Amino acid sequence: MALLEIHGLKKAFGGVQALSGIDFHIDEGEIVSVIGPNGAGKTSFFNVISGMFSPDEGHIIFDGDNLTHHLPNEITRRGIARTFQNVRLFPNLTVLENVMVGQHPRTKEGMWGTILQTKKQRAEEKMIEEKAKEVLSFFGSRLAGYRYDQPAFVLSYANRRRLEIARAMATEPRLLLLDEPTAGMNPKETIELTGQIGDLRDKRGLTVVVISHEMKVVENVSNRVVVLDHGVKIAEGDYDDVSTNEDVIEAYLGRPAERSDDE
Amino acid sequence: MRNSPYTRMLGLISGVVMSFIAAIGMVENFNKRVLIEPFVTMGYVVVLAVPVLIGILAARGKPSPLEEPARDTGPNLASGLVAGLIGGLITSVFVALVDTFDMTEFFPSMRPAMVEEMTFGFGVPAGLLVLIAVSGVAGALGGLIFAQSDAIRQGITQAVAWVLGVALFEAVVADIFEIDFLLDLIYAKNGGLQPWAAVIIGALAWWLSARYRGTAKQFAFTVRDSEPKSRIRRSLIGIAILAVIVLPLLLGGIVNELLINVSFFILMGLGLNIVVGYAGLLDLGYVAFFAVGAYGTGVLTSSFSPTINPGLSWWFALPIVMGLAALAGLLVGTPVLRMRGDYLAIVTLGFGEIVRILLLSDWLTPYFGGAQGVRQIPGIPVPFLGEVSGTRPELFIYLTMIFVFVAGYIAYRSQNSRVGRSWAAMREDEDVAEATGISTVQAKLLAFITGAIVASFAGALFAAKVGVIFTNSFKVLTSIIILVVVIVGGMGSIPGVAVGAFVLIGILGGPTSQGLLFEFAEYKLLIYGALLVFMMLKRPEGLWPSVRRSRELHGDELSQDAWLDKAGEFKEDDAEVAT
Repeated sequence: MALLEIHGLKKAFGGVQALSGIDFHIDEGEIVSVIGPNGAGKTSFFNVISGMFSPDEGHIIFDGDNLTHHLPNEITRRGIARTFQNVRLFPNLTVLENVMVGQHPRTKEGMWGTILQTKKQRAEEKMIEEKAKEVLSFFGSRLAGYRYDQPAFVLSYANRRRLEIARAMATEPRLLLLDEPTAGMNPKETIELTGQIGDLRDKRGLTVVVISHEMKVVENVSNRVVVLDHGVKIAEGDYDDVSTNEDVIEAYLGRPAERSDDE
Repeated sequence: MRNSPYTRMLGLISGVVMSFIAAIGMVENFNKRVLIEPFVTMGYVVVLAVPVLIGILAARGKPSPLEEPARDTGPNLASGLVAGLIGGLITSVFVALVDTFDMTEFFPSMRPAMVEEMTFGFGVPAGLLVLIAVSGVAGALGGLIFAQSDAIRQGITQAVAWVLGVALFEAVVADIFEIDFLLDLIYAKNGGLQPWAAVIIGALAWWLSARYRGTAKQFAFTVRDSEPKSRIRRSLIGIAILAVIVLPLLLGGIVNELLINVSFFILMGLGLNIVVGYAGLLDLGYVAFFAVGAYGTGVLTSSFSPTINPGLSWWFALPIVMGLAALAGLLVGTPVLRMRGDYLAIVTLGFGEIVRILLLSDWLTPYFGGAQGVRQIPGIPVPFLGEVSGTRPELFIYLTMIFVFVAGYIAYRSQNSRVGRSWAAMREDEDVAEATGISTVQAKLLAFITGAIVASFAGALFAAKVGVIFTNSFKVLTSIIILVVVIVGGMGSIPGVAVGAFVLIGILGGPTSQGLLFEFAEYKLLIYGALLVFMMLKRPEGLWPSVRRSRELHGDELSQDAWLDKAGEFKEDDAEVAT
């Protein structure tokens, strides 16, 4: 059974139909890439799945439960975590705190425990910190040691991307939505992160949906590729199928005749 | 003389500020108070401090990051003198204008009495020259001070600060040290230090500053670098606790009274700090929760309150009042859940006023006394000591200290906990906090409720202290002042709130109470405003900032936005690769 199933998802912003009836599914342990030209509706697709926008029509079924119209925090609690295209960290919190925040939906001590400093609360705090360090260790020494106490805003661009992924991992998701995780990285960093996205599946058992413009990433890591254009799914299949699909080439490059007209 | 356009501009500023101080009647009013017998009066000190400071600035020249300002007597003196003279000239033109045209109808302070004070009693043509000369001398003095070495300048600063302090806070000094013969010796009969006493205090301060120069700083560094549980820290904490326990017994009634008022604002500041500083919800109607605490306590404990008068003991009323405050927090919090930033501020501002106006309305007057307020609220019963209220400030202060401690503890504990982190995340980016699994609805309501309960402590204590409560104590101004306390002290910082409350409420005075500088009461809001502007320009993170906040304002230049711009560039490259 599919982990996430989406039927006929529609979302319009005023007159712009960002998503016009998308069907999508992903099985446990898969990595699916979502590609498409700018404005194809990829990020809107993520925003609707993660609950930041409510869809106009359609259903989102996650692990058998209908999550359509749920609040983002409930969706994260159920096990869908995401990163953002334009890196949205908590810039003034430290690296460690950023990831510790990610543990929020998996922990439960409230005001009373905090004020009374119960044994349970202290144990939980310790557990949160350990878990955060463990998650950060996924990126080797890049976000470890002296980095823990640095505010997030001093990090390099690539490290911000990594930290954002770590924060999403700390929510202990089953499905991870990565929105252009390699944007802004140099080729070496891109290769490293591509490997790590593979590790998310192979070593951590996560299911991943990746939006990417970077074809190397798409080619190397995904089991399946979904192509969106103008809010419609125009192709689906493995990388080789999709990369030779006429519609896809047209969506990216336009029709040959038109191209010669334009230039 | 360097950079003369800059000097002229400073002179102009000096003239405008001095004229303004004269125009609002500060000189005239403050001159009733003698600081040092027989000539140094407070009005002149305030107005002539301007050319001295301007003289120092003029001598320093335009601040430049590249070069150190030169300290040589001649040019420094000349710059100060010129700036002072220009300032004096402008002020004297202003005074002459006031003398010529009668404007008392619009500006009641611009009257002959002011002209007389500003011309040092010499009348218009002659006195104006004296004014220009005095201002020039003051400016030159500023320049001269600037030309001195660090050690001498520090000595002068210390000496002036101590002399002015001892003279200004005469009432407090007398209140603390009840040694009559000594007090009679240093203070003149109708107020003001004896000249020789001023000299001795100044010399003593100078000598001490020279003797122990840098020791305090050194000590502060030692403490900062020491381990969390080292001996030096423990003993410092021990001394602090001991001081807190013993001091109120030694202090007189006036100071204790003042400290009680300060502690109300520390309490409310701590509560508001949770809402604004931690959770980032700008609440301008915070005084409403203070009102709930005070009226709740009043109605529940006073046997003279209309309609409802169970006449409970204060301690039994307290939990009920806390519950009411929590409910009020929920009531205010729920409708504003979807609002952010400015909108939230405006709506809460409205709520604050609604509470006050409701209390005055015909509908609630039968329960809360309307304009009459609730009267005859009993004090707080304490075993062995009887009923403690505002008439026994030296005991009441201990009760307020207990609650300040409790509120501080709540604030401290919640700061670095799961709850505190969820607030911080929400403050940083609400959408992302939500996407990280934080229920922002819960987090916001929790912040409002916690803040409301802390404010209700202050309200309950306030009601028991004063015994009578009117809606007057719960105006918007109070909300604003609590916010100013938090901002001046340092948003998100617990010691910052205490420092802010001491500076604003203790020294300048609160909305309804007087501070140490009670002469300033009339100009309190003016000074608040000036202080706020100054803080925003020079120290936006507050007097005692939280680590997070100072990071935010003075952190690395690599702000997230700068990086995002860069990301944009990269992304274009990627797009090319992709196609």
